[in-house]
Amino acid sequence: MTELFLPPGLLLVIGALLMPLGINIRNALIFSLPVLCLLMIWSAPVGYVVTLPFLGFELEPIRITTTGQLFATIFSLMALVGGIFAYKQASTLELSAAFVYAGSAIGVTLSGDLITLFIFWEIMAIGSTIVIWAANHEAAYRASIRYLLIHLFGGLLLMAGIAGHVIETGSIRFEALSLDSISQYLILAGFLINAGAPPLSAWIADAYPEASPSGTVFLSAFTTKTAVFTLLVAFPGTWLLIPIGIYMIFYGIIYALLENDMRRILAYSIVNQVGFMVTGIGLGTEMALNGAAAHAFAHIIYKALLLMSAGAVLYRTDKRRCTDLGGLFQTMPWTALLGIIGALAISSFPFTSGFVTKSMIAQSAADQHLAIVWFALAAASAGVFLHAGIKFPWFVFFQKDSGMRPPEAPRNMLLAMTVFAVLCIGLGVYPEPLYAILPFEVNYQAYTAAHLVAYFQLLLFAGLAFFVMLPMMKRTLTISLDFDWFYRKLLPLVDRISLKILQGLNTTTAMIAKTGWKRLQSTLRASSLSKYHLSESWPTGSMVLWIGIMLGGYLVMNAWF
Amino acid sequence: MSEQNKRWLLRKENIRTLWIIFIATLLMTVIAGFFVHQHESFGIEDSFGFFAWYGFVTCVGMVVFAKLLGIFLKRPENYYDTNSNIASNETEAHHD
Repeated sequence: MTELFLPPGLLLVIGALLMPLGINIRNALIFSLPVLCLLMIWSAPVGYVVTLPFLGFELEPIRITTTGQLFATIFSLMALVGGIFAYKQASTLELSAAFVYAGSAIGVTLSGDLITLFIFWEIMAIGSTIVIWAANHEAAYRASIRYLLIHLFGGLLLMAGIAGHVIETGSIRFEALSLDSISQYLILAGFLINAGAPPLSAWIADAYPEASPSGTVFLSAFTTKTAVFTLLVAFPGTWLLIPIGIYMIFYGIIYALLENDMRRILAYSIVNQVGFMVTGIGLGTEMALNGAAAHAFAHIIYKALLLMSAGAVLYRTDKRRCTDLGGLFQTMPWTALLGIIGALAISSFPFTSGFVTKSMIAQSAADQHLAIVWFALAAASAGVFLHAGIKFPWFVFFQKDSGMRPPEAPRNMLLAMTVFAVLCIGLGVYPEPLYAILPFEVNYQAYTAAHLVAYFQLLLFAGLAFFVMLPMMKRTLTISLDFDWFYRKLLPLVDRISLKILQGLNTTTAMIAKTGWKRLQSTLRASSLSKYHLSESWPTGSMVLWIGIMLGGYLVMNAWF
Repeated sequence: MSEQNKRWLLRKENIRTLWIIFIATLLMTVIAGFFVHQHESFGIEDSFGFFAWYGFVTCVGMVVFAKLLGIFLKRPENYYDTNSNIASNETEAHHD
């Protein structure tokens, strides 16, 4: 049996810190670290644990579980293919930060206790913030600070929850938690904030699209899916997660429909997709949990593919808005084709990865006879095709002729997209290898005639709805209000108003005090005692005399008593 | 640009052909529904063209709902920027 001396995630974090040493070292690390990490993850058997005593606790920096292995695998793969996509265009700062970010996400998936988990959780927040900074413009910096504040707040809730949980139960083990007290609810809230759950869902669409073309690709993969992983381990079958998940699903669709920025459309659809996973975790049956885990795996691939295709367009045209784009299929046919494959996969079109994973969640809702959930999921599946599956490729690559004739995406970007597009179709046609590494045994057959007909009807008629409603979908130069209005508009407004009030109060008080003082002075001067007025007109000598007398008196009193 | 110079996909007559193919495909999926039996959990899935009309109606519903919500939620793109501009103008004013 192999001994793991280092958490596989930490390998990436340490390696990332060596990246600034030189461009060749950096590129070698980008391609070797994720592969090494994958080897480490799969060299140890399930149940393998490394313990480390720390402040009276028995930490478990490494605990290999099937779910952990699954997520760590896709995270490593994402780091590798994201690295291929980015290494020629992205800055070293971005790549280092992205690898710190990926490594800490892997660290979370393999940690056996809550303290290790929390440490990696916070490194993730720092890594991802720096990925946004690397875009190196004012809007990105502002967005990253808002992003960081949200995540520090989430981390705070998680920290408080963990502390309470440890005091109550005496256990730091990261395992299924029952919602017994406020501590577990705080942990749940901490996880949910990273998943993009309401009310704070706005951070995803606010921050991610501000990163560089490749930065957004990295960002889309780790934070929300790590949250899905932690929810899957700690809160399977928690009823509360079903309405939260359904809300996220429709929030994503509606906001994406209103959106004009292509990468923000895709960011909203992250919330939508994570909503499916959260719902699955809430349903809590073996099939639903398998579905959530498998969907997370498939989602990382096709969402990264979609954002890579959007990133390539942004890299070549410097345009983000649907209103500025259109007709790009003419000179970027490969980017368009690969993007369409990602769009079909996110829509769970038959013979793509989304089809074999998402349907497990809907199936378990049907098996539990949860009619509302099932009907909502069916409508949402159609809605995904509407808001991401057609909308993104249509407005970016077709729609109208924008007149732009950008060259095809750089070769390394095309290679990364091709790898993921092949996986999207490969997993859709032959899902067995993915099914084999899911947390539970899979007894599910996605490819039945009835299921195929149902999905073709659902999706194609959603497509019909898109083209029939196209006049209503005309993009406008707008953004949409969200919860972030409270901290981006109301809070500064309150700040400015309260500043004004305080300034006003300050001036008034000063004025009142001044006039009062002057009035007192003039009253005193007018009185016949004014010549004794304090020491104003007295020579220093008389003051010294009086002090002498007082001290003398004190001395006498001291001697007397 | 004349019709002949345009890409295949952008020519008018081809767009009509694409629509015909699309509608034919839609009809085929509905017809295929007669030959398969949907596993029933809620008693409606096996009715005539259920997934077809359900997909269409819910999507139209979502677009209309988004449109209505947009009336209240949409703001100009620089909505949040003006906020910071005022703030920076104020700080500049303080420096003066």
